[in-house]
Amino acid sequence: MDVLYFAWVRERIGLPRETVETSAVTVNDLVDELRAREERYAAAFADLGALRVAIDQELADFDARLAGAREVAFFPPMTGG
Amino acid sequence: MRIAVQQEPFDPAAELRDFGAGDTGAIVTFVGVVRDNEVGDLETMEIEHYPGMTEAALAGIAEEAERRWSLGDVMVIHRYGGLKTGERIMMVATAARHRKAAFEAAEYLMDYLKSRAPFWKKEITRSGAEWVAAKADDEAALDRW
Repeated sequence: MDVLYFAWVRERIGLPRETVETSAVTVNDLVDELRAREERYAAAFADLGALRVAIDQELADFDARLAGAREVAFFPPMTGG
Repeated sequence: MRIAVQQEPFDPAAELRDFGAGDTGAIVTFVGVVRDNEVGDLETMEIEHYPGMTEAALAGIAEEAERRWSLGDVMVIHRYGGLKTGERIMMVATAARHRKAAFEAAEYLMDYLKSRAPFWKKEITRSGAEWVAAKADDEAALDRW
């Protein structure tokens, strides 16, 4: 699936999107896999309270299931307006 | 309904020319402008967004406003990219039969697009760059709806 990063999450990880091979069942499982990769991922995902997630471009919870998801995005709380 | 996510400037007067034609008694507009920071050294406000999700989120918020206040028309324009102090960053417009509905719907649109539309602001100043943090007040503002 495609994993996208925005704002400081993108800067901390160092790329805007990547394709990830995963068997993660939930968003939390995917976060655990990413954290285990490298320090920059662990740093970006250190505090999930400071992050939001969208599955296929809709806001979701971290315990949401990923079955059938094509795109998962991680970003800080939004600041539009 | 008109939803636009664009880099280019927009002209509020031109946008409103044909807005709300039909059974309308009130049009409310709000235009957001990039203001300088407390120190007064803002060089650029960089606005990032999530193409695809942004348009869908704005349309969802506008449809909900249209339904709740029986709006005759609704418009949301939001820019992205690098903006300077004084530039117009976004606008919303609502058309209804009565002003109360038009005002309330405009406030609703503003409250929701502040914390539910995927935009992120970064302030670039003479001393560096910093992401604008979301305010607890903005999140709390959603509770009244």
